[in-house]
Formats: sequence, C-alpha cells, structure tokens
Amino acid sequence: MSQDVFVVIEHLRGRVADISYVMLAAARALTKGTGGQVVAVLLGENVQALAARLAADRALSIEHPALAEFTPDAYPKALAPLIKEHQPRAVFLGNTSVGADVASVLSARLGLPLVSSCLRVTAERRLTSQVCGGKIMAETELPETTTLITMVPGGYSSEEGQSDQAPALSSAPAPALDDLRVTLTQYYEPEAGDVDISKEPLLIAVGRGIQNEGNIELAEELAKSLGGIVCASRPVVDQGWLPTSRLVGKSGKRVKPKLYLALGISGAPEHVEALADSEMIIAVNTDPAAPIFAVAKYGATIDLFDLVPELTERARAARPA
Amino acid sequence: MNIVVPVRLVPDLVEEINVDPGGTALDASWLRLIINEFDDHAIEQAILLKERGGGQVCILAPSVEGVDDVLFTAAAKGADRLVKLEGLTDVGLSSHALARALAPAIQALQPDLILTGVQAHTDLDGPVGPLIAESLGFPYVGYVASVTLQAGSASVRKEYPGGLVAGMEVRLPAVLGIQAAEKPPRYVAVSKVRQAMQTARIETQAAGEIDASGALAIQRMFQPEAAGRATMIDGEPAEVADRILEILRESGIV
Repeated sequence: MSQDVFVVIEHLRGRVADISYVMLAAARALTKGTGGQVVAVLLGENVQALAARLAADRALSIEHPALAEFTPDAYPKALAPLIKEHQPRAVFLGNTSVGADVASVLSARLGLPLVSSCLRVTAERRLTSQVCGGKIMAETELPETTTLITMVPGGYSSEEGQSDQAPALSSAPAPALDDLRVTLTQYYEPEAGDVDISKEPLLIAVGRGIQNEGNIELAEELAKSLGGIVCASRPVVDQGWLPTSRLVGKSGKRVKPKLYLALGISGAPEHVEALADSEMIIAVNTDPAAPIFAVAKYGATIDLFDLVPELTERARAARPA
Repeated sequence: MNIVVPVRLVPDLVEEINVDPGGTALDASWLRLIINEFDDHAIEQAILLKERGGGQVCILAPSVEGVDDVLFTAAAKGADRLVKLEGLTDVGLSSHALARALAPAIQALQPDLILTGVQAHTDLDGPVGPLIAESLGFPYVGYVASVTLQAGSASVRKEYPGGLVAGMEVRLPAVLGIQAAEKPPRYVAVSKVRQAMQTARIETQAAGEIDASGALAIQRMFQPEAAGRATMIDGEPAEVADRILEILRESGIV
C-alpha cells in the first residue's frame, strides 16, 4: 500500500464542486500524519482547466469520451483499476449525488472498507462522521488498508483546498468503457421560480414542524410583515406545499441571507450545509436537541404556532404601511 | 414487472437519541423505530409504477420491532407481497452486513427492478442500495426522483446539487436509490391498515449467517459539543417575539 491519498475531484458541466476543495483540505490533514502525497484524480474529457485551483501535490487524469459526463456506471469502472494499481492509503469522494453512488460500488467491487458522511480527519487517522441527522457523531480509526471515505461539507472551508498554483497533471490510461449500463440522456435546468432565494436577504424557512399545507400561510404572513421570502427544507417541498425553487439544501439552493429564521426545522446535515453562509440564523424548534441549534446564533424551543402570530403582529405594527 | 423494495427501520429522530454506556453504539433500549423516510418514498414510487404499468411489488424488511406495521401499511398502499427476514437486528448492523444478508433474498425474488431509499441516517459505511446492486451485478443510480419504465430499461431523473437534474437511461435489472417519489408518500387510514392485517400475509424467511467482515471499528460515539450553540431565548411567546424583533433591530436587519 502507498501512503498517497487520492481525492476524486467532483465536477459537473465544467465546474469543480466546492466539496472537491473540502476533500483536498481533509486529505492534506490526513497526509500530515501518514506522509505521502495528496493526489487529485480527474475523470472526464479535456480536464486540464479543472485542475487550475486544486491544492494537490499532483493530479492524475483519466480521459475518455464515456467520462465526459458523470454516470454511476462509468466512474467506478474507470476508478477500480486505478485504485487497484496504486493502492493509495485512502480515497476521498463527496458524500453527494456523484460520490455516494460511486463509493459503495467501489467498496463492494474491490472489497475495501468505506467510511461515509465524514466531517473531519486528523493526522492521527481519526475520522469523525455525522450520523442520525447530525444528532450523533461517530469516530472511527482509519482501517489498515486502502479506505474509501465520503466527505460532507462543514469541517473545512473550500478555500483551504484551493491554491494559485495548479498541480502537475499526468494521465493514466483509460480502461475499456464499453457495454455501459447507464447513459446520460439530457440535463434539466433548475426550475427558475418566481424568486431566487439564493439572493434574498431575509428568509423565513419552514420544515416538517409546519405540519400541513394550510400552515404555510402563517409563514407567508410573517414573511410579508418582515419583508422576507418563505423557503423550506426537503420534507415540505416533497409534500408539494412549496415549489422546488424554494428548496434550501443539498439538492436545492445554497443561501446567504442576512437573516435565516428556521421554523420547525431540525437541521439535518443535508439542510444545514446550504446555510453556512447566512449572517444570522435564528431557530425555533420544540426539540432542544435539534441540530439546528448548533449552527443558529439564537434559538427558542417554544411552539412555532404560539410564536409566529405574535411575531407577525409585532412586525406588522412596527413596519410603516 | 417484478419490483422489490428492501426497506429498513431506523431510530425516530424526533425522539431523544443517546449513546449507550459503552460509548460506541446507540442506546437501543429507548429507541423507537420507524421506517426510513427514503424507503417510504421508494415504496410510493414502486406503487406508482405498478399503478401505471402493472406488475408486482414485494416489500422486504429485516424483522425488528415495528416491522409488521410497516409491512401491513405497505400492503394497504398496494404492495402485493410482504417478506420479513429473521435474524437481522437492524440497529447497529452495518450497511455492508445488511446488503450481504439482503442480496440472496432479493435474488430469490427474481426482480426486474429494485427500489430502495437513497440513504438512511444510520449509514456509517455508505448506503445499502449500491452495495446490493454490486453484489447482484446490477447497475445502480442514486438520488433518483422520478422513474419511467420501458422494455428492458428505466428512464430516471437524478438530482444534483443546486437543482440541476440529469435524465439517465438504466438497463434492467437495476437498483435505484430513491431520493423522493414523484408524489409524496400516500396516507392510508388506520382502518385500511387493519384491513390489510386481516387479508395480507407476511412471509418469514431466515437470513443466512451474518457476514460482518470488514466492519468499521467505532472508537467513540457522542453528541456534538455544546460549544457554538445558540443563545436560547426563553419565556412566553410574546416575550420571545419581542426579543427576536429586538435582535433584528439591533443587527439592522429590520
């Protein structure tokens, strides 16, 4: 086994995803203890430009037309022989729609251990993962064999994984990528919606705690009185109570408002990762153990249905008509 | 079309979640188990496909406390076959061990399509769907929010960050990790579930020997530190409302 640490760079439509830089920062932390180099692995076609800002000791590319766009069949087929040949100390992938599809398949195919939802890594080879919707942390020791690790955002800033100097890029041979069982047919652009919540300064966010569609009106009233916009976490959008354009989270929008008022939102990691840039988060949730209180500046555990009408009334009175 | 939906029960996060005295596992004694919410979406997607194009839906679950309710509820929604696997205590079982136990049972059902939740909040060693796919030699696509079937393949919509969606064509048989069904999981009245208890039958199978090899060594489990936690605002609703508005004014937000 080599002591090098591989980071599979995640990119979609010509843009490197932030999680790639987070992974590079984590890989750097690990190599401080293990030694070895941080190696960025780029799969795709004409990937050179994507390497520009990667804080890696070197970069390795596999280029093939079948890798031009991500598919969960071609990626493991390309990565498996590379990992087998180089036997790195660890391989980082995003705990995302790209990396999570690939990591488990590689784990089963190559018989390698997998640690998922990893937030922090130490030079002493300790990995901290988030489980139970962020309510519990699990610390594991890096197994004594090549280990696959999927990372969640939040433990490192993406700046830590960026550099002004592009790493030297060498190419590895592409394996035969025929008889693929999954093909990309087309991309569907994000629903535009009436407002762009990623640009709104004042967001009133509702979660499962809002209970039913009729109660959305309460949040709308409050938003109107404060001059804000209503957005939501996944369960609310899945129920169809608000359109997808209002979704904040992993598969929705990232937001950076002056105020994020979270009503009845528990704060699962998939939601919280999209709020990190908010200037102030105030959370209202009856569960004092809700993970949202770990990221909020202010919190209250009273029932949102008791609070919201009071808040609306006061905001309305204070606001010039 | 033979659709198999492996589901599992996970601790209800609405309840208090504690670590056991050993410090390396969840305290199971007070855990209330409910269906993994993504598996609930997988069931809904399977029923929608059956309603549109026919076929049979089989739900497969490890036998843990509360599993009968989950299976009968699925039957009330339209599932045709209910199977529970004895010998798997789901809580604390790794995804790898669970996938190894589920794979032969799924194979015996000769599925054309396997739908399961894209993740469970207890996953520490990755989601179970792609592990099942790989042990059966089937392709896998996760984060799926829509499925359409045609002869020999499925057209799916896979979600990416930021709201981007990819349309993908997947050769069958395949495993799909469901992020969300096309419609929210349907509600079934308790009376319908009771009716299903009278008419539907749960088949019981024994899981083979558990292969827990390669399991992760958990050193420590803990609740995230209180440091950096929110300043709590206590009091009656009116007082809390006053304080929040005061904070917003002080910060120049309103």
